[in-house]
Amino acid sequence: MRPMSQVAGLIAAALCLVAVPALADEPGPGGSKPPVPVSGEQVYTMVCQSCHMADGKGGVGAGSIPSLANNPKLKIAAYPISMVVNGRGAMPWFSDTLSAKQTAEVLTYVRTHFGNGYIKPVTEADVALIPATPRTASH
Amino acid sequence: MERTGHKTTRRQLLSAIGMLGGTAALYNMMTTLGHAAETQFTGPPNLSGARPGASVIVLGAGLAGMVAAYELTKAGYKVRVLEYQPRAGGRNWSLHGGDTYTELGGATQKVGFANGNYLNPGPWRIPHHHRTLLHYCKSFGVALEPFIQFNHNAYVHNTDAFGGKPQRFKALAADFEGNVAELLGKAIDLKGLDAEVTAEDRDRLKEALRNWGMLDHDMRYTKGLKSASHRGYDRPPGGGVNGAPTPSDLLPFDEVLKTGIWNNMAFFMNHEFQTTMFQPVGGMDQIGKAFAKQVQALITHNAKVTKISQDKKGVTVSYSDTGSGQISEAKADYCVCTIPLTVLSQLDNGLSPKMQAAVAAVPYSNSVKVGLEMKRRFWEEDASIYGGHSFTNQGISLISYPNNNFFKDGPAVLLGAFASGMGGYQLAGMTPEQRIEAVLEQGSVFHPESYRKEFMNGASVAWSRVPWALGCCARWTEETRKEHYQTLVSMDDRIVLAGEHASYVGCWMEGALLSSLDAISRLHKRALEA
Ligand SMILES: Cc1cc2nc3c(=O)[nH]c(=O)nc-3n(C[C@H](O)[C@H](O)[C@H](O)COP(=O)(O)OP(=O)(O)OC[C@H]3O[C@@H](n4cnc5c(N)ncnc54)[C@H](O)[C@@H]3O)c2cc1C
Repeated sequence: MRPMSQVAGLIAAALCLVAVPALADEPGPGGSKPPVPVSGEQVYTMVCQSCHMADGKGGVGAGSIPSLANNPKLKIAAYPISMVVNGRGAMPWFSDTLSAKQTAEVLTYVRTHFGNGYIKPVTEADVALIPATPRTASH
Repeated sequence: MERTGHKTTRRQLLSAIGMLGGTAALYNMMTTLGHAAETQFTGPPNLSGARPGASVIVLGAGLAGMVAAYELTKAGYKVRVLEYQPRAGGRNWSLHGGDTYTELGGATQKVGFANGNYLNPGPWRIPHHHRTLLHYCKSFGVALEPFIQFNHNAYVHNTDAFGGKPQRFKALAADFEGNVAELLGKAIDLKGLDAEVTAEDRDRLKEALRNWGMLDHDMRYTKGLKSASHRGYDRPPGGGVNGAPTPSDLLPFDEVLKTGIWNNMAFFMNHEFQTTMFQPVGGMDQIGKAFAKQVQALITHNAKVTKISQDKKGVTVSYSDTGSGQISEAKADYCVCTIPLTVLSQLDNGLSPKMQAAVAAVPYSNSVKVGLEMKRRFWEEDASIYGGHSFTNQGISLISYPNNNFFKDGPAVLLGAFASGMGGYQLAGMTPEQRIEAVLEQGSVFHPESYRKEFMNGASVAWSRVPWALGCCARWTEETRKEHYQTLVSMDDRIVLAGEHASYVGCWMEGALLSSLDAISRLHKRALEA
């Protein structure tokens, strides 16, 4: 007879094997490898524009996508940095998809376009000050 | 499975459990290992005996909302449903020829598909073990047909392998398995596995490698009729004089590895993506329509919920008519709220601070689907591909071939993109016209002679711009599950949330239904106890 602790370990191991995550309906294997945006404008066009629109004005339906145009909330850079890094509500997080450099570039771009005049560039160091919430893939 | 450095066999494991807990434990474990339970669905909830006059207001007429309305009405509640759109079904949706769709930002598309052709912009496939959904499909008379999930003859394309030339799945998979089998065989012969498996099992393993891995008598994976039996022939078997088949050349193994073909192979092994899968005949929206037929009289359409409040006496919901802007109020004893969290997190929603934190903590994934109508089924006629997917590492992720009307003449719609992540954001940020151009460009790698030539028209849905969803599906993490999930599914006084976001079957219609059945069962219990 095996010692109990060993047996319990075996069962734990077996349960791990059984607990296969149910995957969301997703495109599937391989992932996609689209072009990687570099400049702030490129990041905006290839990522942010999907919701905030080409003119930065967002939209209104059953809920709304906030307008980035003439937006005083962009004044203190820490706020938009934290939104891009960690998301909130309908805003997804980008800590695992945009580098600190891309985040800094795009925020510098947004803060100096769409009627915003916050000319001080956002730096990678500014982005590094906002810790990313841990995100472990789940069911 | 690994345990303090050395391997354990399944048999050892089972006998260990047998010793620990006796036969009952062994039996339970065997059912878990051998015949995994297919679903948590045990049948419709059969609620009954609601208190006379008790009422429930349901927010949202997606599948979660409509199944709640249907079952609660049967239980005796007075039910009303408020829905933002003129259409019931929510994410269960199809775009047919003649439909018009306006996304956030104002871009409007008039779908030009021929009569009978459609795009399923959201859900498109149903696993055979999603018993709740299958139960209601059967009860409501929704005809289902096979969804061709796994097609050995479709393509796999990777920009970094074979100079960007797509290869057939069957050839890549065969060459991957054959080479792996040969290597494993060598490891056995070099005594590399002597410490791991007994001599008896080594022999069995070699036998397995020979069969499964298509190895020749020397345990080599070579060009021959054995490898051809999986990967396909140069000259396939025929009749008469030239009936004898000739084998096909193997692909260079290093290039095979570069395609990452094991990802594709593993994808089809996932429980949610195993065959048999189904789709409704005539479009996914047939399911939403069938539900709506049961509860249509209860639904107020074009009702944009703007405020939810609750007190000791009940729930009050304010909504505006999307046409006239007129604000109305609706009252009920309880509320089942299925509004996606993206929207709910923005409303004055009357939820407790803890619940509000949970609602705001779960952002949604994004995705873009594009339907392309082609003049003829060149994938069938020229490439012998009948349903299934061709995968690529470009932004579009895949193209997928229609699962119905095989061999028919005339236009057919194929899925030109199911993009998510960065590829999805890029497509979503484009105008509908730019999306079509981008997906034609990328998809042409699979069918270069025909793709553009046969193209007629297309339609796209970028979920981040869908006015009533603002995203694809809830994206939970281990951390948010731990911190917020139980709160999110708990009854917040008189309000309970339901929908795919309130389940562990996220981004499946099954999750929306299971979540809702659980929510209303608890609501009913609570209402009887009150
Ligand atoms: C791209 C994609 C692919 C998918 N693939 C599959 C698949 O293959 N198989 C599968 O089973 N599932 C799939 N799913 C998931 C499936 O679509 C969902 O899990 C399911 O349809 C969700 O149902 P629901 O009732 O929870 O939410 P919904 O269907 O979103 O219902 C919510 C309802 O609330 C309404 N609403 C929103 N805001 C308001 C407001 N303010 N006032 C009033 N009403 C409002 C909406 O209009 C909507 O009708 C996919 C989803 C997507 C997006």
